[in-house]
Order: sequence, then structure tokens, then C-alpha cells
Amino acid sequence: MEILNEIKFTMPSLSVNESTARAVVSSFLVQADPTVEELSDIRTAVSEAVTNAVVHGYRHKKGNIELTVRLLPDRIIYIRVKDKGCGIADVEQAMEPLFTTAPEEERSGLGFSVMQTFMDKLKVKSAPDKGTTITMRKRLSEHGD
Amino acid sequence: MKIDIKSENGAAVAVLSGEIDHHNAKELRSELDRYIVTAQPRELAIDLGGITFMDSSGIGLIMGRSKLMRECGGRLEVRNPQPYIKRVLKLAGIERIVKIL
Repeated sequence: MEILNEIKFTMPSLSVNESTARAVVSSFLVQADPTVEELSDIRTAVSEAVTNAVVHGYRHKKGNIELTVRLLPDRIIYIRVKDKGCGIADVEQAMEPLFTTAPEEERSGLGFSVMQTFMDKLKVKSAPDKGTTITMRKRLSEHGD
Repeated sequence: MKIDIKSENGAAVAVLSGEIDHHNAKELRSELDRYIVTAQPRELAIDLGGITFMDSSGIGLIMGRSKLMRECGGRLEVRNPQPYIKRVLKLAGIERIVKIL
């Protein structure tokens, strides 16, 4: 599919970068003129995906998180959050609401539910010791045209 | 991220402002827990009126404080969430355990 615009950046898996990722995505999305609700939905989904990489992917060793945001035709926003951390052995189980491997951090186990609810499409590709790639898409309404 | 806790006649209000994510939830958690354990309020309201962003880290924060309040014999409620934050709270079904005003 044709890519109208794209931003790609890499950041270390520091929790402070959860807000960095949100800020970058917000700035990039200005050109697409999303509604306040659409922008909130995308920012929240990105925050969850990056937090997953920080808390779970790089739980034992720090590493880099790669965030890609694309503007596609038909006002579709594509987001990819990729880490090379410990990966997920059972993706289906990890996506179950309330499932968490970090209860001591008070993780609610709702990260994937939030991504699923706030975006149109969600794909999770993961392999133990190889890392996790989360891909999400959301089509913005036509209000800005 | 800012937190301002006021207490009146055994009831307390924690007014939060800024963003709640995994990074700053830790600090909020320890500040609220320190207050709950030392002041032992019968009621604690978390006022989210000044919160401009919250992801599921906020759910963990609220559920954890609700549990601690119950263990200390008190009750927690949540006040003034903006419509967008209400959607996150609803998704978690948090209204089943915490009153949202």
C-alpha cells in the first residue's frame, strides 16, 4: 500500500519514553487532523504498546524500541511498535483481559484490550527470545476534509 | 504530574493533575499509599478532573488503592473523570468496585 508519510524512530526502553512516544505520535498526526477522541485513542494504544515493551519485553535486559507511524490512503493510520526483548510464548493467553505477568507493578492486564478497543485492527507477532511486534491500524473519520 | 491531598472530617480528596502512565504511576502510588497508611481516612476520593491522559496504568493504580482502602477499613471513590478517561475506566469495568462520580 502507498505510504503518504512515515516517521520511524528508535528509543531505549526507559519508562520515561512512554510519554515521548505519545508526543511524537501526536505531532505526526496533526497533518491528518484527527478528532480529539481519535487522537486520544491512538495515543492510548501507543502508550500501551510501548509500556508492554518496557515492562514485559525488556523486563530482564534493556534494549531498543522501534516505533513506526504511517499515514496511508483513506485516512488510515498505521502504527508499529517493535522490540527485540524476551518475546511472548503464548500470544493468545497474553491477549486475554486481565492476564498479566507483572502483578507486582500493578499492571491491570488490560493493555491489549485497550489496543483492541481503541484501534480498528491489532496484530501481535512474537517469539520467545526474538521479540514482539505490535501492528495497529485505525481509520480516521472524514471530518477534517 | 501533580498530587494535592486535602483532608476534611475524616474524608480526603486527592486531586491529581497531568498524565497517568506506567512511568509516573509508581510515584503516585507511593504517595497515595503513604497517605492512606498514615492518615487512615474513612473515605478517599481520587479527583481525576485535572488528568489529561490515562492508560491502563491508571486502572491498576485505582484498583490497587481501592484494595488498600478496603484493607484499612475505608472506601475509595473516583471523581470528575473527563469523557475520554471515563471510556478507559468503563473498559476495565471499574465501576463495579469503585464508585465513579
